[in-house]
Amino acid sequence: MSRVTRLFRSAPAYPLLLPGMVWLAIFFFVPMYYLLDMSLRTGNLLDGFNQVYRFANYGDAIRQNKEQFIRSIIYAASATALAFCISYPLAYVIAFRGGRYKNLLLMLVIAPFFTNYLIRTLAWETILADHGIVTSTLRHLGVLTATDKLGFTSGQRLLATPLAVVTGITYNYLPFMTLPLYVSLEKIDKRLLEAALDLYANRPRAFMRVTLPLSLPGIFAGTLLTFIPAIGDYINAYLLGSTQTTMIGNVIQSKFLTFNDYPSAAALSFTLMAGIMVFVIIYARILGTEDLA
Amino acid sequence: MAAGTEVTPATGAQQETAQSRKAPSRFWAKVRYQLLNVFAGLAFLYLLVPIAVVILFSFNDPPGRFNFTWHKFSTAAWQHPFATPGIQDAVVLSLKIAFLSTIIATILGTLMALALARYSFRGRSVTNFVIFLPMATPEIVMGSSLLTLFISISFNRGLTTILIAHIMFNISYVVVTVKARIYGFDRRMEEAAMDLYANEFTTFRKITLPLIMPGVLAAAMLAFALSIDDFVITQFNAGPDITFPLFIYGAARTGVPVQVNVIGSMIFLIAIGLMAVNILYQNYRGKRDAIAISGAVRKAQLAEAT
Repeated sequence: MSRVTRLFRSAPAYPLLLPGMVWLAIFFFVPMYYLLDMSLRTGNLLDGFNQVYRFANYGDAIRQNKEQFIRSIIYAASATALAFCISYPLAYVIAFRGGRYKNLLLMLVIAPFFTNYLIRTLAWETILADHGIVTSTLRHLGVLTATDKLGFTSGQRLLATPLAVVTGITYNYLPFMTLPLYVSLEKIDKRLLEAALDLYANRPRAFMRVTLPLSLPGIFAGTLLTFIPAIGDYINAYLLGSTQTTMIGNVIQSKFLTFNDYPSAAALSFTLMAGIMVFVIIYARILGTEDLA
Repeated sequence: MAAGTEVTPATGAQQETAQSRKAPSRFWAKVRYQLLNVFAGLAFLYLLVPIAVVILFSFNDPPGRFNFTWHKFSTAAWQHPFATPGIQDAVVLSLKIAFLSTIIATILGTLMALALARYSFRGRSVTNFVIFLPMATPEIVMGSSLLTLFISISFNRGLTTILIAHIMFNISYVVVTVKARIYGFDRRMEEAAMDLYANEFTTFRKITLPLIMPGVLAAAMLAFALSIDDFVITQFNAGPDITFPLFIYGAARTGVPVQVNVIGSMIFLIAIGLMAVNILYQNYRGKRDAIAISGAVRKAQLAEAT
């Protein structure tokens, strides 16, 4: 097929794509360029920001906020790991034992999304409150003494501690983990498991050799869909944390919206984006799957 | 014959060892089976308790400004859900943005989904990647980069900029949802219509659109939900305007009024109601189709018999 006829045959596709692609180009890609551009400027709100290509903005911003970057990575990784440990058995039960209640159970999984993000985070503030049932029970059982020693909580309270922030993040992004896991588990041909059992594999072995490898695309998608929004989150740290639990999102937000320190904020934002991209590429190599959708 | 007698005891012994290995573990297998169910139950509890708290505390009558401890049952807030100053304007603005951004994003996204599912063209994989990127970018990066754009070109922030942002992040979700539906349907329907001298536009209007409509509606509902719930991108691009999530954020430090819980509960109940209606309708359609099919089969059988 010549190039001309190929172009002609695919011609109807382009007008259909054009409006959406233009929108994404102007309001997703062009802003990324402006972010990069801003991150190399110096100045302040009154005198304006001049383009001087100061790459040191990046070094300064990262050095000053190293603690918040590391904390964000730890919190997001912990929340992703927790969400995985909760979601895998949950998705497994729905996919393999849900029967005709599958749809109902899936609806329960996404039910939290039907309440506003901030309202459900505020609900955790109520649940973890200092005089609430959860905190006083854990205090009486001596659990808080143990978690205090481990550094997860402090001062015999749950609210305003790392544990509260990670609990909130885990909760808010849990469906992002459960749904992809469910989809990949649901697709597994049950006869493969029967075959493994027929060949004298015991159940744990059949799980390790058949179910787990076949659910790898779900694990890949679920962990990324949880980790990426979790690392940029600042609501949970704001509502459930303290000044000791600020994440990189909180820094970017306050630099942009409170202190108007745009170049530094842009440098941090761009670093976050670039860091995530590098992480996704490495992660895809390790897990051996590039099939994201 | 000799080979046969040799084989039988050997397999018998194998079975025996397999059984003796299994017998004591049967109890534990059962425990393990139930353990997983209990774990799933606890996971559901974790998912649903905060929602129960939201609804429960919408009936609270807190003594102070903070609605964090249970004080007294009251339906006052349900009777006057907009009694708090500013809350009505915030809800109206959120609804306005959700409606407008849903309509525009659904149209743009559906067109793109049609192109991607229907045509093979140069740049397909690039297009797919472009659509995937906004879903894989943290909201804070998208929000801050858009803000930088608006600052750099001195564009005043408000309703317009919120709308622009919401359409941007909704497009990808619409494309993915509608595309899934288009892949699932029979292209021969369209070919049949064309064979019957329908032109392309008529075919689209009478065949394609009705067939992909459930997908388009699902995409629109998703876009609406994402828009009305969005906080991060909105906060960066709202300027002086206050949507419902921004109202809650502003109230969080000074005390969230009970009305916020009431409106949150209302949105939750409406969404759950819509979902339930949808599931019931799908079940009804499934049954209706099953009856129609079995009726047709019976007719065919009768025709064959006579």
